[in-house]
Amino acid sequence: MQFFSGSVFLSGMAVITASGLTRTFTAHRGTVEAVRGIDLAVGHGEILGLLGPNGAGKTTTLRMLTTLLAPTGGSATVAGCDLVRDPAGVRRATGYVAQSGGVDPNISVREELVTQGRLYRLPKARAAARAGELAHDLGLEGLLDRPCAALSGGQRRRLDIAMGLLHRPAVLFLDEPTTGLDPGSRAALWELVRRLRADFGTTVVLTTHHLDEADALADRLVVVDNGVVAAEGTPRALKTAYAGSPDASLQDAFLAITGRGPAPADTTPVAV
Amino acid sequence: MTSVLSDTALIFGRYARQSLRSKVQMLFGVLMPLLYLLFFGPLLTKLPLASEGSSWQVLVPGLLLQLALFGASFCGFAILLEKQYGVVERMRVTPVSRLALLLGRVLRDTVLLTFQAGLLVLVALVMGLRAPLGGILIGFAFVAATAVALSSLSYALALKVSSPQEFGPVVNAATMPTMLLSGLMLPMALAPGWLDVLSRFMPLRHLVDGVRAAYVGDYTGTPVLYGALTAAGLAAVAAAVCTRAFRRAAA
Ligand SMILES: Nc1ncnc2c1ncn2[C@@H]1O[C@H](COP(=O)(O)OP(=O)(O)O)[C@@H](O)[C@H]1O
Ligand SMILES: [Mg+2]
Repeated sequence: MQFFSGSVFLSGMAVITASGLTRTFTAHRGTVEAVRGIDLAVGHGEILGLLGPNGAGKTTTLRMLTTLLAPTGGSATVAGCDLVRDPAGVRRATGYVAQSGGVDPNISVREELVTQGRLYRLPKARAAARAGELAHDLGLEGLLDRPCAALSGGQRRRLDIAMGLLHRPAVLFLDEPTTGLDPGSRAALWELVRRLRADFGTTVVLTTHHLDEADALADRLVVVDNGVVAAEGTPRALKTAYAGSPDASLQDAFLAITGRGPAPADTTPVAV
Repeated sequence: MTSVLSDTALIFGRYARQSLRSKVQMLFGVLMPLLYLLFFGPLLTKLPLASEGSSWQVLVPGLLLQLALFGASFCGFAILLEKQYGVVERMRVTPVSRLALLLGRVLRDTVLLTFQAGLLVLVALVMGLRAPLGGILIGFAFVAATAVALSSLSYALALKVSSPQEFGPVVNAATMPTMLLSGLMLPMALAPGWLDVLSRFMPLRHLVDGVRAAYVGDYTGTPVLYGALTAAGLAAVAAAVCTRAFRRAAA
């Protein structure tokens, strides 16, 4: 079935392309085919939602697109750079917020932010200024001089997100960014993502288990199941095709596509 | 190239600040050799350990290399913790030089261990060590070379294994026999023939013999030369192993 996927997102201007992207893990006991040939084309300034049950291969896909994991098959480009031939180019253009974060609990919020900026080669003063801006945008002012360990779960998650934004990446990968956030912080993050796109044309790929979030935020959805793309289209198109009406719930469409309900988020929400 | 240098400085700064924050930890590494110095050293002063000079000139070089051996070999633990926090991957998605991620850490470890070696020598001087300045400086140079080589190898190992439970036993199994077989506590000149021969296969034996010779002012004999060659060899092996490990794990 062919879906309308937004006429401004022509493949010629695709910021992310993937074709047959595959990753097989070889463990002591057998192999796991985590991603089994995924094709993607994400346009400039597009917000793409990557949905799928736990273990579908979402994180593995993002880890390949951010150069952390070498594909075992297929190819992909991000911001015009090939994953394998020009990983440095990919890294310069992208920001990545991992599913489980990545800050040292013993280091202060400010130092982690500034260091991260400088790892992206921002001059010191610029990195410090960006740390302040992002602390403001993500409600972390007043926490800058605390060790990361002293943040609540929701504050920590907002810090993780800030860590991916210091260098104003052209392409932003967010792996379950709102898992663990309270509704207020979640709404603030949606606002931030929309503003990044409006002000800087940032292309965003995010995974989520909140279908309301996917519905509200994403221009287009890709549903992954068992390592392959099971369906793709605008939220409206998916609802129409799989749940019978554009006014149906995305939940019903998701159920119809994957044959089961959306998996619960990996961690329970925590108070902020 | 300039980015490797500036990235190395950045990584060095991050971990140096971490060391400065935990002052207890900075001194903790020097605790074991210090205890040997205080409670084991006095036992040796009357023993004829050295053909030249005093027993302190035999014991202190051994303690210096013991400090470097244990201090550097366990450096990899820090990377295992950071892997669990997700810090390693967070850094790997940035354009930071892969080499700098290693060099910055190794540089911090080397500075810290050399500083601890300095403390140890200061205490030893108070306790009765007398050695020429040149010899003491050669001792620090050998400590630094050992620290570079062994901390690099330790990081390479830590990148390969997946848990502290795998890392600890391997490092213990490597360091304890090395300490004993290299004659760090007592010179191998006292050993029976077979043990002396066996110990010649231990790189650290040649380093400690070199420092002992330097501590009695013999800078131009074979011990210092062999020690320097061994140090260079160790560094070359470590560099090769590490570059490979980092290319694989952190491409
Ligand atoms: N490093 C790994 N080694 C072995 N199997 C893995 C590894 N990482 C992920 N997997 C497996 O790959 C599959 C997809 O995982 P993942 O991409 O994390 O799914 P998702 O993010 O969609 O929940 C799962 O079955 C998972 O167990
Ligand atoms: Mg995941």
